[in-house]
Amino acid sequence: MAYGRVHSTESFGSVDGPGVRFLIFMQGCRLRCRYCHNADTWRTDGGIEMTADALLKKALRYRSYWGDTGGITVSGGEPLLQTAFLTELFTKAKAQGVHTCIDTAGQPFSRQEPFFSQFQQLCAVTDLFLADIKHIDSAAHKALTGADNSNILDMLRFLSEIHQPVWIRHVLVPDITDDDEVLRRTRAFIETLDNVEKIEVLPYHSMGAYKWQALGLRYTLQDTPPPTAQRIQNAYEILNGLR
Amino acid sequence: MTFETGVTFPVTEQMKHAWRGFEGRKWREDVNVREFIQNNYTMYDGDESFLEGPTEATDKLWGRLQELQKEERAKGGVLECETEVVSSLTAYGPGYIDESMKELEKIVGLQTDKPLKRAFMPYGGIKMAVQAASTYGYEVNPQLVKIFSDYHKTHNQAVFDAYTPEMKRARHSHIITGLPDTYGRGRIVGDYRRVALYGLDYLIFTKEKDLFYCGGRNMSEEHVRLREEIAEQIRALNGMKKMAEIYGFDISAPAQNAREAVQWLYFGYLAAIKTQNGAAMSVGRISTFLDIYIQRDLEEGTLTEQEAQELIDHLVLKFRMVKFARIPSYNELFSGDPVWVTLEMAGIGMDGRHMVTKNDFRFLHTLENMGPAPEPNLTVLWSSRLPEAFKKYATKISINTSSIQYENDCVMRPVWGDDYSICCCVSATQTGKEIQFFGARANLAKCLIYALNGGVDVASGEQVGPEISPITSEYLDYNEVMHKFNAMMSWLVELYVNTLNLIHYMHDKYYYEAAEMALIDTYTRRTFATGIAGFSHVVDSLSAIKYAKVKPIRNERGLIVDYDIEGDFPRYGNDDERADSIAIWLLKAFMKKVREHHTYRHSEPTTSILTITSNVVYGKATGATPDGRKAHAPFAPGANPSYGAEKNGLLASLNSVAKLPYEYALDGISNTQTISPDALGHSLEERQDNLWHILDGYFDQGAHHLNVNVFGVEKLRDCMEHPEKPEYANFTIRVSGYAVKFIDLTREQQLDVIMRTEHKKL
Repeated sequence: MAYGRVHSTESFGSVDGPGVRFLIFMQGCRLRCRYCHNADTWRTDGGIEMTADALLKKALRYRSYWGDTGGITVSGGEPLLQTAFLTELFTKAKAQGVHTCIDTAGQPFSRQEPFFSQFQQLCAVTDLFLADIKHIDSAAHKALTGADNSNILDMLRFLSEIHQPVWIRHVLVPDITDDDEVLRRTRAFIETLDNVEKIEVLPYHSMGAYKWQALGLRYTLQDTPPPTAQRIQNAYEILNGLR
Repeated sequence: MTFETGVTFPVTEQMKHAWRGFEGRKWREDVNVREFIQNNYTMYDGDESFLEGPTEATDKLWGRLQELQKEERAKGGVLECETEVVSSLTAYGPGYIDESMKELEKIVGLQTDKPLKRAFMPYGGIKMAVQAASTYGYEVNPQLVKIFSDYHKTHNQAVFDAYTPEMKRARHSHIITGLPDTYGRGRIVGDYRRVALYGLDYLIFTKEKDLFYCGGRNMSEEHVRLREEIAEQIRALNGMKKMAEIYGFDISAPAQNAREAVQWLYFGYLAAIKTQNGAAMSVGRISTFLDIYIQRDLEEGTLTEQEAQELIDHLVLKFRMVKFARIPSYNELFSGDPVWVTLEMAGIGMDGRHMVTKNDFRFLHTLENMGPAPEPNLTVLWSSRLPEAFKKYATKISINTSSIQYENDCVMRPVWGDDYSICCCVSATQTGKEIQFFGARANLAKCLIYALNGGVDVASGEQVGPEISPITSEYLDYNEVMHKFNAMMSWLVELYVNTLNLIHYMHDKYYYEAAEMALIDTYTRRTFATGIAGFSHVVDSLSAIKYAKVKPIRNERGLIVDYDIEGDFPRYGNDDERADSIAIWLLKAFMKKVREHHTYRHSEPTTSILTITSNVVYGKATGATPDGRKAHAPFAPGANPSYGAEKNGLLASLNSVAKLPYEYALDGISNTQTISPDALGHSLEERQDNLWHILDGYFDQGAHHLNVNVFGVEKLRDCMEHPEKPEYANFTIRVSGYAVKFIDLTREQQLDVIMRTEHKKL
């Protein structure tokens, strides 16, 4: 039986997928996004080890709140670093009729084996992907997160090829990702996909900054304010092709 | 009149006309409002699109009332106190919100001759009545003081005549506290609907019949008392008729239409609040009942939807005006001037039909037409089987106003049927069939500290509890603590129940609720409500002792005053079986002990986990507890988990509370949760959907009650610092057991609410 490295769980999530959801934050991520609000999930050797059965049992304690719309969402950290474990967890969840959702930045994606087969198995038991496009420009993506975006965009293309439902999420950071040109390029990319059900704008906030300090890391966006309501609306309209 | 030949009340032409189109038989022959409702109500599955906005008259009256409320606040919380007239059904001439606009008032009747003026009600206790007035700069006529001191005994004096020294000590040390010995016990809900459905002559006839048959064969002390009480009730019914005549209405016959039904019903309620100043003065389950009359008028074409909404708006205006003169110590217990005009809607009938009517929408809509308000205490009787359109509307109103509470019909219906009312904050009683003896609460956190210190109170150094051997070990041992705590709790419960027996005996004798009892069956069922304070702190303390190492710190007298806690321990509020099983044990142990004792007047004992805002005062009077709570810090309210204990989010917390078995706390398990709008969803529609799913999930597990607040902590902070901002004048929040305007809380309580909100995980 495989163990997953879990950073933490949260019984009530309402903004990470449809309806009321149980959130699982996996431990470990290779991206180093400057605005990351879960920097404490980066290290791949932290967290606690849990079996899929134990995790699912914990999640099912909240089933009565999910109705026909809710379920479980695995976030992180980067869930796709633990694909085999997720496949086991979601296979068991689907057997119980639970809606499954992955919130990923896509960084581990590759069409190479063994990842690619494992990923396809995971897709078969995943109802919805929440995918973050951190930045549409590869160089800017690298500056923001430490990695370029070519395989991330490729994951989205692949998910489109297999008609896997996706919600696109865009973290709106003033000066960095809140630029009409960037937003329009992102929109143009989204238009090449045929599986996008929803596009959400997540306004940047600095509420995770204290975690950087606790980890002895320097937070570089302390002077960046949250975006204005006007800019949020603007981004929403551009990304949804409304303007 | 003789009843020996089985006389029934002669049905007049007027009555036949009043009952035109109504179905059913039993309710005609006997007083049986439930039967009437079940035979005649119209289910509504649609949405809120039929609702109408406020009329010009409503806007004007509400505008005037808001001016008066502003004046009241500017004068320190009380606009005017009566000093010359003893309140009674007929003590005053007619009173209106504004004399110059009285023709705008569709529903009339005030407690005194002026709006928001507080009546002089000495029967609960003359000292308190005088103090309440003097607090706000009013001096009661010395003649009245003399009458109620020298010639007429009051409830408060009678109780203190009979209290034992031990009871006084327990009361003084606040291990039993909030007792209804200085104020009316309240929580008795007259079936005010009877006034509308039957008219007073029918009701008087029925009571006369009961009097005729009472005690004729066996004049025991019990029967003598009951005969006197029935006579008092008949006197009150006649008084109600006169009271209505003062406003130009004859309520001897049943209401002929919707406007009369609302007015008649309100007169019944007005009689109660003119004669009693109980802590909770619920109006009960009136929404579905009134809908039947409104629906008939709508179908007959004699009423428009706008007029129907106006009737409900004006009735609610009256409920927003109910006031009593209170003393400062009362205000500390129940902050913000609450009166618990609790009013229910929705629920499911015994036959499986939901009981949502258009009127439930209308009552909720008053919070849109006239903005948020703490009164009436709007209560939705929830079931996951309620129509979705209603669930969506109720949660929308919650999200926008934070003014309503939810209670689980599916745990209450099996116990109380489908016509119960909530008689205060959260407690059910069968409408017109049952009353409750309200009993405040025992401080179990203090009881635990007594168990550690051999019955000595840390604050005073006095021996209050029994002199058992104190704990002397270096670390607290779970089994030893449990043994002593159990013994101390047995002592406390016995004393507590005895104290309540005494209080209710005297209340019946000196401050009998004749007007309310006149609208309740003569042979009524009675429950005896006890209560628990400090619940979560006892649970977490016992868990700390069991799972961590707790080293007591003693003062120079050897009394335990604080603790060093080494290691972590599970806390109630995380869906963690280790802590939650202690919570279940505590409730059951307490209730089983209550059941061991005789309770006054054949009443059935119940308990609640409900503190109202008194969690702050109770905490203040209580030393440090082994869960890490500092001395004098507030308790968590009601059955809520402690500050900062919830580490796994809202639903884990709800799951913990949902585990408490309602069957052991039939008086209610109160839970108050605040959710920031951003944590509930991106849009209003998402928030509505998520909130009703949360309610479904919580209540389907058998939980009892939930107060829902939707706002962020920034709003609370800003409101505390800038109470003068107009947008905060009616900013209402739910606290344990009721709703209150945030600006009317004491600063201490405001900080308490802010602390609790801040502790939520983002």
